[in-house]
This record gives sequence, C-alpha cells and structure tokens, in this order.
Amino acid sequence: MSATTSTARPVSAARRTGPAAWLQAAPLGLVFLLFFIVPLVLILAVSFWDASEYELIPAFTPKNYIAIFDGCSNASDLCVTLKTYYSTLKFCFLAWIFTLVIGFTVAYFLAFHVKTVGMQTVLFLLCTIPFWTSNVIRMISWVPLLGRNGLINDMLIGLRLVSQPQEWLLFSSFSVVLAFVHLFTIFMIVPIFNSMMRIDRALLEAALDAGATPWQTLWNVIVPLSRTGIIIGSIFVITIVMGDFVTIGVMGGQQIASVGKIIQVQTSYLQFPLAAANAVILLAVVLMIIWALTRMVDIRKEL
Amino acid sequence: MQPSRQSELELIKLTKRYGNTTAVDAIDLRIPSGSYCCLLGPSGCGKTSTLRMIAGHEDASDGDILLGSRNITVLPAAERGTAMMFQSYALFPHLTAQENVAFSLKMRGVAKAERLKRAQDLLERVAMGGYAQRKPAELSGGQQQRVALARALITEPSVLLLDEPLSALDPFLRIRMRAELKRWQLELGFTFVHVTHSQEEAMALADQVVVMNNGRIEQVATPHALFNAPATEFVARFMGGHNVLKHNDQTIAVRSDRMQLLRTPGRSSDALNATVQAIEYQGSYVLVSLGAEGDLTASDDLSVMLQEAEFFNAPFEVGTAVQVSWRAADAHRLSA
Repeated sequence: MSATTSTARPVSAARRTGPAAWLQAAPLGLVFLLFFIVPLVLILAVSFWDASEYELIPAFTPKNYIAIFDGCSNASDLCVTLKTYYSTLKFCFLAWIFTLVIGFTVAYFLAFHVKTVGMQTVLFLLCTIPFWTSNVIRMISWVPLLGRNGLINDMLIGLRLVSQPQEWLLFSSFSVVLAFVHLFTIFMIVPIFNSMMRIDRALLEAALDAGATPWQTLWNVIVPLSRTGIIIGSIFVITIVMGDFVTIGVMGGQQIASVGKIIQVQTSYLQFPLAAANAVILLAVVLMIIWALTRMVDIRKEL
Repeated sequence: MQPSRQSELELIKLTKRYGNTTAVDAIDLRIPSGSYCCLLGPSGCGKTSTLRMIAGHEDASDGDILLGSRNITVLPAAERGTAMMFQSYALFPHLTAQENVAFSLKMRGVAKAERLKRAQDLLERVAMGGYAQRKPAELSGGQQQRVALARALITEPSVLLLDEPLSALDPFLRIRMRAELKRWQLELGFTFVHVTHSQEEAMALADQVVVMNNGRIEQVATPHALFNAPATEFVARFMGGHNVLKHNDQTIAVRSDRMQLLRTPGRSSDALNATVQAIEYQGSYVLVSLGAEGDLTASDDLSVMLQEAEFFNAPFEVGTAVQVSWRAADAHRLSA
C-alpha cells in the first residue's frame, strides 16, 4: 500500500508540472504575454517617460504622477484629478446600483417565474437582441427620444405637464446613467441568472415550510445564494464604467469629465506619458475595487 | 416536547389531478397518533403527491386532510403543524448547521440569542452539538440528516413528513440512519409519515404500511400482515419473496421460502412440475429459479428459497426436473 502511494504520487506530480503540461498551457500563455502583459508593462514604463511638445523622451521620472496630483494637497478645493475621480465613481455607483436592482429583478423573473426551460431560453435570447447593433448606435438612438424637441419633451408639453422643453433629459448626468444602465444591465442579468439557476428548488420549499414569507425567502435564501452572480456582474459593470469615455462623451454632450475621457484627450494630444500615468492610477483604483469585491466571495470555487 | 395527542392524521377522499391525469385518486387513510407510517409504492404511484399535499406544498384537487380536530387542507405549510424532511435534506448551503435549525425561528422574529440557543439545544439532542458551526457541505450524509431532523423539530410539529429521506445515502449508512429514524420516532412519540419505494425500508420501519399503485391504495397493513397476507397480486409482486400462481381458477400467493422442492415428479393437487433454470447463492439461503411446465402459473418466473444447509445437503443443478409444492395453509388467495 505504502509502496504504491509513494510511487504513484511523483507520477501525478510530474504530470502536473512536467514539460507536457507547460506545452499545453503555452498557447494561452503566449496570447496573455503578448496582448496583456507586454502592453501593460509598456504602459507602466511609458508612464515614467518624459515628453516635450513634439517628442517622447525615454527616462525615469515621477513628474507625470506629480503633475496629475498637482494641487491635490489643498483640502478646501479639490484638484481636477480628484474631482474627476469623484464624478467617475459617482457614475459608477449609480450605474452599479441601477443595473444591480434591474438585473436582479429580471434574472429573478427568468429563473423563478418562467416555468418552462424553452420559454426561459426565448426570453433570455430576447435580452441579448440589443447586442446585435453597436453600442454607439444604441446610445445615439436615445437622442431623438430625449432631445429638446424629442419625443419625451413633445409628449410632456403636449400633456401640458411642462411648459418648456426639459434640458436635463439629454447631454446630462441623467442621460449618461440612463445609457449605462441600458447598455450594461445584461452584464448583471447573465451571471445572476446563472447563480439562480443553480439554487435547489427544494430550498424554497424548505423556506416555505419554515414559515418564511416570499420576501423573507428572497432576502434570506435567494440573495445570499445569488451572491456570486451579483459580485461577478458587479465586477463587469464597475470595470466597464470606470474606464468608459465613449458613453460619457456621447451622452454627456462632451461636457462631462471622466477618468477615461482624460486619458483619451491626453492621448489625442500625444501626451502619452501623462496618459499612461493616468491609466496606471485608474488600473490601481479598479484593482482595489475588484480586490474588495473578491474578498466577499471565492470566485475560483464558483467557476 | 410533548407527544401531542392531537396528531391523528386522516385523509378523506383526497385527490390530486394534474390536467387530465389523476395522480392521487380519492384515497381514504387514517394514520393513528404516534405511529410510524410508510407510504410505499413504485415511482409515479402518487405517494409523493400525497405527502406533499399533507405538507401543504401541493394543493389538494379534492378531499380533506384532518390533523387532530383541525381541517388543514387549505392552510399554509407553516401553519399546519407538520414539518417536512426533504429528499436530499434541502439544508441551506450558506448557513451553518445551527443557523439552519434556527431558520424558522428567525422567520418568526425570535431574538438571535434565544433562537441560537434553542437550535443548539436541538442539535445536542440529535448528537450534533459539536457541529453547530459547520456548513452543510462539511457534514456527512448522516450528519446532514440529523441537522435536517433538528430543523424539522424546532417548529414542534405533531407530524413529521419524510420524503425518501434515506435515498441520498450509501447502502451501509442507509441501514444505520434507518435505525436512527425509528429510534427518534419512538423517543419523540409523534407521527412519522415516510415515503419510500423500498419495501425493505418500509418493513423495517413502519407500524403501518400503505401500499399505493396508480394513485390508489392497494393495502394498509402492518409489515407482518402485509408480507403474510398480501391483498392483491400487485402487493404480492411488489413486496417480493412471493410466487403468484393461478391454481384451481384462483390466483394465489405463496411465499418463496414456504415452497418445497421435490426431486420425484408425481401428481399432487397442490404441486406442479418445473425445471431448475438458475441457482443463486445468497448466503443464508439459496434462490432457485424455476421454469414451470403447463399453464398453472400466472407468472413465468417462479422461485424457491431454500435454507443454505438444506440446499447443500442435496444440491440441485440447472436443468433438473423437479416438483414444486406447498402446504394448503401457506397458499394465500389474492383478490385481484
């Protein structure tokens, strides 16, 4: 017995770490290296470079980072960077809370109120149909609806609810959050639905047997058991919104600042070192948020 | 926990229809207070639907369910005085054993300290006190069953409903937990209604076995009466260990271990000629399968159980022509 285990163990260990295993992992490893690690390292390197009006100067200087936080030590008046982060985090929070509530509700309906698998599939596919067109098209299609002479304003005036066209409907914080929710709710629905489908239906009966009301069952059984889906969906939405510049640009009428927007503007003026430094800071912030989220759930266990 | 005197359960013309199919067809049943009752039958016979109607997880299409002096037919599950133990226990995977047991108290708004204390007391009672902080995934099947029992007991039910509670366990554990269930029932003294498809389980546990088939009750009897006097051909076949024979225009059942095998074919009214087709050694007895000659048998498989010693004194071989007979007293007439 002991002889077999002592010989069997090195064999399986060798199988896991031997050349064959490395070879099998190599293709994906190379893709990762080439398209993820190398660009990231380059950005990190460039963020320490120097630049003049017309050229990039390879160097190792912290001046880009210093420039970003210039004036941020003043507590009474926030510097541009902190203001921008505050605004971006605010959008991020609003988009997150709305996509979460709507996504959870839709997933709950699909998972627990639609009885047949066929109908679930049909309705689920229906949720993905908007993705057949591009993000930008879906954003722009809000313009005729929300604009000064758009459908909503026409209707409000027609119903005599307001006397003047409402300006806050379009190119405002409202329209930005609306677009985020419209575009990204599906990223909440999918993982939450997936978590919910794994909940044993007998648990709901057990809760009923224990005298739980439907709301109590929702709060004490379904929400905790959907936690993984909620957190994965949250990571999707938060990382996308934190780096977004297109939606904020189009729906904010190019008037609202965001971290992504700053980086985009800086790259368009060829201030690559400054943009790279901003990107590194953004990456650090997003990684911290994700780290905090993953502290709440062991993703590896759930996938 | 007082054994309630109010725990006699009575079903009156209880019916469950799903669309055009009738799962439970107007059954009448009285389960005495404090007894262990097994609903036994093949899958699709209506036993689980019956249990779920008693529990309140399924609406009765027709008929009434009485518990003690109360009609509980339309009450919500939690107000019936029944508690259910689910097939794979349905313990909440995100809660500890203690929180699982305390769940229904939490739903009723009992303060945290009090509900956790009562849960702990019940866990001690089912010898799970040391596992209070474990999650269900960290418990063995048998331990999960005990936690599920504690969770069912915390509502102080007068009837415990068990839906194939042993089917999730491996065979050895199944026999151990079966004994434990019986012990608990005797200790707690209230009514257990246990759904199973295993006749062995029903015979080992029940005071009263209810054999169901096609939504109807075939027979209600003690395990002993059921095995020695099956009422119908279905019961005789489903319980196993019986030969069903057509004899003198009657259908009779004879227990396999009461049949005699003779080497010398002769003529006797309570006997028939057959050939040995297979021999299976089963330990304490040997199962001899026979192919009968003529049209005397209702079934084509006929089997005789011989004591190990009796068989090895004079072993039969496959292909031997034999005569099977039985004593008239051992033949039992079937109604259908």
